[in-house]
Amino acid sequence: MSKQVTLTIDGKQITAPEGALIVDAAKMAGIDIPVFCHHPKLEPVGMCRMCLVEIGRPMRDRATGQIVMENGAPKIQFMPKLETSCTNRVEEGLVVLTQSEKANAGQKSTVEFLLTSHPLDCPVCDKGGECPLQNLTMAHGSSQSRFIYDEKLHLEKQVPLSELIYLDRERCIQCARCIRFQDEVAGDSVIGFDERGRSTQIVSFSEPGFDSVFSGNTTDICPVGALTTADFRFGARPWELDAQASVCSQCPVGCNTTLNTRREAKAGGNIVIKRVMPRQNEEVNEIWLCDKGRFAYHYTESKKRLTKPLTRTGKDRKVNRVSWEAATKLAGENFLKAKKNFVVLASGRLANEDLFNLKTLADQFGGKAVLYSHIGGGELTAQVGVSAGTNLGVLGSGSTIVVVASNLYEEAPIWYLRVKQAAERGATLIVMNPRETKLDKYASFVERYDYGQEIKSVQELTKKGKLGDAFMKAQNAIIIYGSEGLGVAGSASLATACAKALNETEHVGKANNGLIGVWERANDQGAWEMGFKPEDDLAAALKGKVVYIAGADPVGDDPKLAKALESADFVVVQDILENATTEIADVVLPAQTHVEREGTFTSGERRVQRFYPAVAVVGDARADYAITAQIAKHMNFIMQSANANIVFEILAETLKPFEGLTYEKLSNVRVQLPMIGRGDMYYGGTTYENTHGLGVHLSAGATRGETVRIPRAQKEALPKVKDTDLLAVPVSKLYHRGATIESAQLLNQRIGKTTVSMNFDTAEQWGVVEGAQVKVSFDGVSGEAKVKIDETVSAGVMLVPRGMGLAIREPAVAKVKL
Amino acid sequence: MSLVEKYPKEVKQILSKYPPEHKRSAVMPLLFLAQREEGYITKAGMQDIGKILDITETEVASVVGFYTLYHDAKAGKYRVQICNDLPCALRGADKFLEELCGNVGIKVGETTADGLVTFETVTCLAACDKAPMFQTQGPDGINYHENMTINKAMEVIAGLKYAGKEVK
Amino acid sequence: MAHVVLRHRDIPNLNQFDVYKKNGGFSAFKNAVKKMQPTEVTDVVKNSGLRGRGGAGFPTGMKWSFIDNKNWPHYVVANADESEPGTFKDREIMESNPFQFLEGLALCSYAVAANVAYIYLRGEFWQLAAFLDEKIAEMEEAGLLGNKILGTDYSLKIYTHLGAGAYICGEETALLESLEGKRGQPRVRPPFPPTFGLYGKPTIINNVETFANVPMILANGADWYKSMGTADSSGVKVFSLSGRVRRPGNYELPFGATFRELIYGEKNGAGVQDARQVKALMPAGASSSLIVVNGDDKILDTPMDYASVRTLGSELGSASVIVIDDTVSIDWVINKTIHFFKHESCGKCTPCREGTYWMQNIVHRIHGGDGKQGDVDLLLNVAKQMQGKCLCALGDFSAMAVVTGIERFKGDFDKVVKV
Ligand SMILES: Cc1cc2nc3c(=O)[nH]c(=O)nc-3n(C[C@H](O)[C@H](O)[C@H](O)COP(=O)(O)O)c2cc1C
Ligand code: SF4
Ligand code: FES
Repeated sequence: MSKQVTLTIDGKQITAPEGALIVDAAKMAGIDIPVFCHHPKLEPVGMCRMCLVEIGRPMRDRATGQIVMENGAPKIQFMPKLETSCTNRVEEGLVVLTQSEKANAGQKSTVEFLLTSHPLDCPVCDKGGECPLQNLTMAHGSSQSRFIYDEKLHLEKQVPLSELIYLDRERCIQCARCIRFQDEVAGDSVIGFDERGRSTQIVSFSEPGFDSVFSGNTTDICPVGALTTADFRFGARPWELDAQASVCSQCPVGCNTTLNTRREAKAGGNIVIKRVMPRQNEEVNEIWLCDKGRFAYHYTESKKRLTKPLTRTGKDRKVNRVSWEAATKLAGENFLKAKKNFVVLASGRLANEDLFNLKTLADQFGGKAVLYSHIGGGELTAQVGVSAGTNLGVLGSGSTIVVVASNLYEEAPIWYLRVKQAAERGATLIVMNPRETKLDKYASFVERYDYGQEIKSVQELTKKGKLGDAFMKAQNAIIIYGSEGLGVAGSASLATACAKALNETEHVGKANNGLIGVWERANDQGAWEMGFKPEDDLAAALKGKVVYIAGADPVGDDPKLAKALESADFVVVQDILENATTEIADVVLPAQTHVEREGTFTSGERRVQRFYPAVAVVGDARADYAITAQIAKHMNFIMQSANANIVFEILAETLKPFEGLTYEKLSNVRVQLPMIGRGDMYYGGTTYENTHGLGVHLSAGATRGETVRIPRAQKEALPKVKDTDLLAVPVSKLYHRGATIESAQLLNQRIGKTTVSMNFDTAEQWGVVEGAQVKVSFDGVSGEAKVKIDETVSAGVMLVPRGMGLAIREPAVAKVKL
Repeated sequence: MSLVEKYPKEVKQILSKYPPEHKRSAVMPLLFLAQREEGYITKAGMQDIGKILDITETEVASVVGFYTLYHDAKAGKYRVQICNDLPCALRGADKFLEELCGNVGIKVGETTADGLVTFETVTCLAACDKAPMFQTQGPDGINYHENMTINKAMEVIAGLKYAGKEVK
Repeated sequence: MAHVVLRHRDIPNLNQFDVYKKNGGFSAFKNAVKKMQPTEVTDVVKNSGLRGRGGAGFPTGMKWSFIDNKNWPHYVVANADESEPGTFKDREIMESNPFQFLEGLALCSYAVAANVAYIYLRGEFWQLAAFLDEKIAEMEEAGLLGNKILGTDYSLKIYTHLGAGAYICGEETALLESLEGKRGQPRVRPPFPPTFGLYGKPTIINNVETFANVPMILANGADWYKSMGTADSSGVKVFSLSGRVRRPGNYELPFGATFRELIYGEKNGAGVQDARQVKALMPAGASSSLIVVNGDDKILDTPMDYASVRTLGSELGSASVIVIDDTVSIDWVINKTIHFFKHESCGKCTPCREGTYWMQNIVHRIHGGDGKQGDVDLLLNVAKQMQGKCLCALGDFSAMAVVTGIERFKGDFDKVVKV
């Protein structure tokens, strides 16, 4: 622990860590000093002048340097001017007055100055009710304005900085929190100040506007109603909202969220989600969310939600609305008939409880539990994954983080932030990727390899040399691997190489060490822990089988899988939304989204976290674990399903990594610093305090002392590529055509057209130019796409984004034609 | 054409003044360079500078917006910037400005019909002892014209028509 | 008496390399680099009592001694932003006596072991920057700058850098931000530039005139310098005299010379235009507290040094003396100064950004004849409310003339406000 100093604030003696800012130290001692520009996550700038206080320092004798005593106590010398408590740091013996007449007058004057230009349109402002300026006006403002209203500067009130974020120029108080967040935290300097003096205003010149996946956070930390999301503005008044703790379901990071809900006439008197807010968890997402997590909740209220069980019967495949009893009975009977031909195909969209029941069912009846995912290697993250005590937020000097075959900014934005910050704190960052990614800028070492050479690059980590030194000698080492340019088999091999490097160098089985997979979905890690595994050749695995699909749309995603399922024996689908697969299924079972029920997800960092019901169930939908149990009942197999808690208890008894975990333990909280989300929204913004659980890490095989079993790394099977061939490789994109994103109208605009990227020379070789509409074909797949010229792509390579209509499963030799 | 293509020598010379890891320092001289021909900085010019310096276009624009000698909109070929700040005004600058406007037939902020001259007022230019005075900002940089009378000023303005040609 | 800083007034063509050299130029720098320890140079400057000429009057040698020797590299920056209304001395020094300034800059660089120095010139000094570039090139050619100067291990590059029209960039930390390629907005101090300056490295910033004194101090000794001026303000000062005087211009006088000498001396201001009476003085440009003169001899006989001017309820600042005569109404003066500060407020901190805007609204009303009852009090109150609350001194500067103007010349305001 850092050295503590003792000081007095408003007569109260407090201790604080040396070097802390006075305003933060006061906050910890329960004394709120009003602030606007100060934010505990940003560098101090002292520009709004709200936090003015009187500061007295122990007087020192000029000659001797000794502290001058007076009546047995150090003599305190006050500065003639007020000082900003957000830029001055605590010192031994300081005396701070935040409430003195002089300090009050100073604070009051700042509020008055701010209000001279402020429109005072609180009644129509989205921030009304959670606005620091409003609150401080109540506390400090005078009731009579001395500023002539007619002379107020009138500025534009609804300026879109992007289709997501709107700026009200009149309300802006130029505190620069948003700009500083984008510069310092996000690393996307795409908004800035234009002009100067009273004309200073926020602008964005990027294309598209405010081009950052972190843009929504600026609306949380904006201390007035100047920045609002297009999603929430005019949507509701903050005081009408309820709050329920949840976990983001969009990626493996597992950001803690709070769902703000309200009963709404528009929704027939139902409770609906009005916005998704971050919930503080310093070990996971601090106080941030990416825009996908913030805005992609609309699927829960989509018109396409499945509400009733359906069956398709007879030659004409007639669709029948049936009871739950009838639908699950039909499913159960067919599963029983299947014998060994039974396949359970599930995705990490489901909760741990759901996947546990599904796996139990598969095991009981000799079926195969297949994970619907394009990444392999999860059996290794279960063995040598990061475990208890891991916190990217504390890694710095002495730690090495390797990111290989992943564009974290697009695939797991908050991990990108955390890794970037670790590097800024002094951690050694090694980025290995065939093309430039945003993280390169923060890396100590950037290793460019050719597609297919990832394993060789990883092997450098355990050899003598720059990379080897940085990795082997590191106190802590974490490898984050993804699936850029890789399919299931390729990424599994890569995981093997990574696990081996970690194991050999003893970077396993302890906190802040181990392997992390950049999965597609929120609970893929959980699925792996249950024993689900993806198939190298999924189409083959489905052909002629009885298939139970949960949380996946193979028909919509991939024509080959559609074909395979055509010849399946019987298909049962349980999902939340109508999709191409529910169109062909024999039985369709409506499932609840995670916001309607209880459950847990296991994040990529192997942290198990609870989510809670926030809105009413849509239609007759049921929780996935309960649906499975009901089917099992018709197969004469009894499975717990009374509630998620009970399923979890059994799960924890059954699976070693979960041993000892209970819902209660998952909902434990510890004090999170900085203290955010209390009543004083001016301090940290509107992020919610965490009162519902920080989650608990699973233990790793290596921590439990089990022998780590790592298969020999196979070399990735890249197709044979000639000089004249075009190699198509899959890459991941944050905004793709996934059902959950497409339902969010706002994000929909960021998805864009299907594009394939290649460098200028390659394009020339293939006779295409930027923007050309081309026919792309590879590996039996063909489709249309627009060409994008991107000089970061290596020669002879074409990037094909996943989830954008071209079903790419692994690298393939491709052709393009105009 | 990009700045580097158009002025390779100048760009290189400018960048050489600053430590490579702090090349952002070159943004101000590069902006003057980008402004040289058109008298204002285009969007493309800002993008260009952003690329050279590894900063975003917004960061470049934000610098343009802060300083009064950078312009993001077209005006007359020459900006005649008349100081009417306190010291100059104590020596008759306001009256001079008024008369000059009358003689040329434009108001402050306006441009002559031939597109040659735009009038602007500016704050102190460190020539208070030589008031009335103005500076001209144009393709040949910034030039001071001090101890002005209306006649002298009209001569200067008339001469601007030819000034650019001589310099280039 | 011979000039110290404005030596070109005694020696024609001093801005030519050979002329400067022939008149003892560069000998101080040569001597320092070859024979003195860097700290010895600082000690001489310290002993001379030289104080910064940029406005704040901070002891120069002491500033140099604060350079943080645990953090490298070091930088030196010359503040040639000269934007205070009424100030035009640095321009004359650089135009007419450039080598003496450059030599001073080089001496400082040597004293604090900096190998790179920048001259930050206001953007309008476009021609002057090109001129200085030539002078720097001449010094390089003569081996006085560049690598391994005069065969020693010391190397120094000097570069010019143009601002682009922003008064605030004269404030040292805003200047550094600007030099780093950002918007010129002040930083929170502390840390001060000698520990955290350009690119976060230890940096010494001084005004052009400050540097121009240094070669003469090194050449003639600290005692020689101290023999001029007063005890608290040693040496000579270049006063920029402007406003309603017959001969506006720069005049170099020892500290302690009186306002009368400056304004009425035949070789100096030669008296007020049209033989009117001095009504008020602004000794520090637009940032001044107004000194009431109204023909008072005692006031005009006040010595111009830091301490004495303070006794008049004002500050010497950059010693740019603006003379206001009895034909001028103070509400007009305030209208001008507020316009200036409103235009130049960088917008970073609330009281200055909003206060200058608010004050401008009120003063426009008052000056335009639309003043309401209470407006003058309100103006005074707003100005006072700004004082001591801003991030940098500009905010305070903007309130100086307002507060003192209203308090000391109330009648001028009452005249224009309809009641
Ligand atoms: C608003 C403001 C404007 C300033 N303008 C100038 C200026 O134009 N030139 C200058 O030398 N110092 C200026 N200063 C003072 C500088 O901040 C700094 O004190 C000075 O450059 C230090 O040099 P010195 O010690 O040699 O005076 C200004 C200060 C403020 C607050
Ligand atoms: S006082 Fe004015 S110039 Fe100084 S920081 Fe504040 S706004 Fe900027
Ligand atoms: S100045 Fe301290 S919070 Fe803004």
